Amino acid sequence: MEKPNNLILQTATSLIAFILLGFSIYLFMAGHNSPGGGFVGGLVTAAAIVLLYMAYGIDFVNKILPINFRVLIPIGLLVALLTSMGSFIFDVPFLSHTFGYFEFPFFGEVELATAMLFDLGVYLTVVGVTVTIIISIANDKAA
Amino acid sequence: MIFAVFLPLLFAIIVPFLSKAKHKIHTGIFVVFIPLAIFLYFIRFIGDDFTPLQQTYNWIPSLGINFDFYLDGLSLLFVLLISGIGTLVVFYSIYYLHVSEKLGHFYVYLLMFMTAMLGVVLSDNVYLLYTFWELTSISSFLLIGFWNHRERSRYGAQKSMLITIFGGLSMLGGLILLSIITETTSIRMMIEQVDTILTSNYLPLILVLILLGAFTKSAQFPFHIWLPDAMEAPTPVSAYLHSATMVKAGIYLIARFSPIFSTYEWFFIIVSIVGIVTMIWASYMAVRQTDLKGILAFSTVSQLGMIMAMLGFGTEAAIFAAVFHILNHATFKGSLFMIAGIIDHETGTRDIRKLGGLLTLMPISATLALFGTFSMAGVPLPFLNGFYSKELFFDATLDLEQSGGSFISFLSEAIPYLAVFASIFTFVYSMYLFFGVFTGPKKLELLPKKPHEAPIGMLLSPIVLVLGVIVIGLFPNLLNGSLLTHAAQAVNQAVELEHVHFWHGFVPALYMSLIVVIIGLILFLTRKKWSNIYHVLPGKFSFNKVYDKGIEKLDTYSTSVTNSYMTGSLKLYMSIILAVILLATFFVMYATDGFVLKTDNLADINLIDLAVVFIMVLAAIATIFVHNKLALIIITGIVGFGISILFVIFRAPDLALTQLVVETISMALFLLAYYHLPELRKIKDTAKTTTLNTILAVGIGTLITMVGIAAHSSNWFATISDYFVETSYKLGGGHNIVNVILVDMRGLDTLFEITVLGIAALAIYGLIKVRKNKEAE
Repeated sequence: MEKPNNLILQTATSLIAFILLGFSIYLFMAGHNSPGGGFVGGLVTAAAIVLLYMAYGIDFVNKILPINFRVLIPIGLLVALLTSMGSFIFDVPFLSHTFGYFEFPFFGEVELATAMLFDLGVYLTVVGVTVTIIISIANDKAA
Repeated sequence: MIFAVFLPLLFAIIVPFLSKAKHKIHTGIFVVFIPLAIFLYFIRFIGDDFTPLQQTYNWIPSLGINFDFYLDGLSLLFVLLISGIGTLVVFYSIYYLHVSEKLGHFYVYLLMFMTAMLGVVLSDNVYLLYTFWELTSISSFLLIGFWNHRERSRYGAQKSMLITIFGGLSMLGGLILLSIITETTSIRMMIEQVDTILTSNYLPLILVLILLGAFTKSAQFPFHIWLPDAMEAPTPVSAYLHSATMVKAGIYLIARFSPIFSTYEWFFIIVSIVGIVTMIWASYMAVRQTDLKGILAFSTVSQLGMIMAMLGFGTEAAIFAAVFHILNHATFKGSLFMIAGIIDHETGTRDIRKLGGLLTLMPISATLALFGTFSMAGVPLPFLNGFYSKELFFDATLDLEQSGGSFISFLSEAIPYLAVFASIFTFVYSMYLFFGVFTGPKKLELLPKKPHEAPIGMLLSPIVLVLGVIVIGLFPNLLNGSLLTHAAQAVNQAVELEHVHFWHGFVPALYMSLIVVIIGLILFLTRKKWSNIYHVLPGKFSFNKVYDKGIEKLDTYSTSVTNSYMTGSLKLYMSIILAVILLATFFVMYATDGFVLKTDNLADINLIDLAVVFIMVLAAIATIFVHNKLALIIITGIVGFGISILFVIFRAPDLALTQLVVETISMALFLLAYYHLPELRKIKDTAKTTTLNTILAVGIGTLITMVGIAAHSSNWFATISDYFVETSYKLGGGHNIVNVILVDMRGLDTLFEITVLGIAALAIYGLIKVRKNKEAE
């Protein structure tokens, strides 16, 4: 992507990107009880990152987000796999989940489920996959 | 017994090490003791009070496949032939093959063949029999192609392989059917259940399959064509495999199974006719050959036809004659091949047109050949065993049972005349062979080498065989009681001890022999005058051409069949795949009355649904007619977004969200690739393919719709979704059922789906970044 000089886009992006990121985190967290989940959340996060790339160009985004998105893919897969294998510790079959309610200061009673950890794996993988695909195609200069 | 069978194969393991020292000591000298030991082991069984011997060793007992060895009279005769002639052939090969040849290979193949052949004749288990049977084919293939730098050797080896393996496989089919019907794998048990087999519906099929196996192996008409080409093998191999042993495997098979089939009239008809036709055709063709081994090859085919015909007759006299002739043929044909090899070795050619007048130069060979050829011709002299078996053969043709249909009685009437006719030509080629080589003018200038008598070692084996000819000729009853009657009884229990006499009065068989000799002599002396007949029959026709053309056509047709659909055109493959799906699914659905339509379970349709679907249909139809790629991408997007609206309408928020985002991303990807997408061309199809494509597309669409409707109309079981609705919160702790199913209840699917995504991303990254060769694009 060439570095664009588009003021309106950049200004709008600086706002929209954070709304998108916030929305994606909401989708991810709420996924267990209302529409959403790791997959959609991951896609929306990726959309926010891609929007940043489009508005500010690749070098700038690499500076503010020094993340290698390719590495997110194995990390996400590893999180999902380890969550699945965590059940072995408790001598229950692969991919058995559990949940419980905990009292937290300030938040009150909150439900925590190991399924969320699994969903985190999904989330990370989807972000990594989507950004990797779009960025590598978009930056392909050879063709 | 198992050690006797596998001894050659075991010894073959150390042959390569022995052959390292072949320049000091010829490998054959070690090998010769193996068949000799086997011969000595088995010769002890000869005797008037011989009783069959059985031994069993487990191999695959659960399938009934075991090393069941059974030694009866017939096996004993063959075993002695195999080991006895094997000894002589190995001894002969010591002098025949120079140490510069690949001796290790030669003896390994030969020993392998010996095991295989012993196994064939000693097996009582049909599957064991088949195993050894194919091993003979393979080792014979290796031996024919021994001089594999010669094109003719490779051709002959391939030809014999194709034909004998074809027969072997059909024999396997017959054996499997037999063992299914009788529920046993033992041949003797099968023979005890003759009635079961004879009343089976599969009887004709079994007969044809087993006969195919026997006819191909024993080079019967019209499968005889591989044998003359197998003469490219070294002469010891021709002498051993293609005269005395392997070609008799088919004979053995027929003899072994004849207690089962002999009362079946088609067995008599087919085997007799094939045998007689083979005998006539091959003896007729043998006169035409110019190569010594060619003559002998056709002669072998002809003699095998004669034995086959006698087995087909199935009468007591015929069976005894067949067994007797098996022994006689092995003696004189083995010696003749060895003499042909000696002539080749000492003069450098086997072409009978270049040979002549060798009588004075090679007197011992000439004497041996004299006995061999005259015995083969059946000249009535008391020291030639061929005469006795020919007499017995004529006797057998005369007293055929005349029962059965009119065709059988006609056949019985005709066979004696045909037998005499074939024997005349046998006489002619035997005389031609002997006098053509050893008398007449010397043509030394045509010969590559200066001819001289062979070394004594080389002559020893044919001398032993010719001694056999003479001894059996002088004392024809020598082995009768102790060996041959036992062998004949294994084939037909009614055979009694017979006495063969040289002189048995003025009987029809004697007149037939005299007719053969007289007409044969006349024909031989006037051979040049009538040899033009070969331009008329067979003329340009030959079974070799049929075979060659067949192989060639098979090749071209299979290539053209493959080329006709493997064009490399993805469009064509797609059409074929879709057409197959269409036809197969349609016929399955049609045959099972799968197309049902029930309307009692349908939801109401409202206007919004209709509107969305209408727009999607319009967009879908538009994609066919749009030829602008940007427009095409956008129109395709309409369909995708339409689907997400439908998800909203049908209350699937998660799906709607995901579909929306995924559709957006894939449209973005399409647009990213926009510049690189190929220009959309109007594909210039012929009207025919366009029509076909339309029919196919419409057909697939209709079919899938109908399958969908049918699937909806037939509710077999209640769905399990109630369970998810009930337990989603209780077990998974979440209210979003879709998400609980995805990450909890069916988390494994999700785990692998994200793996798929990860692989896709890394593959795309790899494809784009890792371009080793930019020119390849």
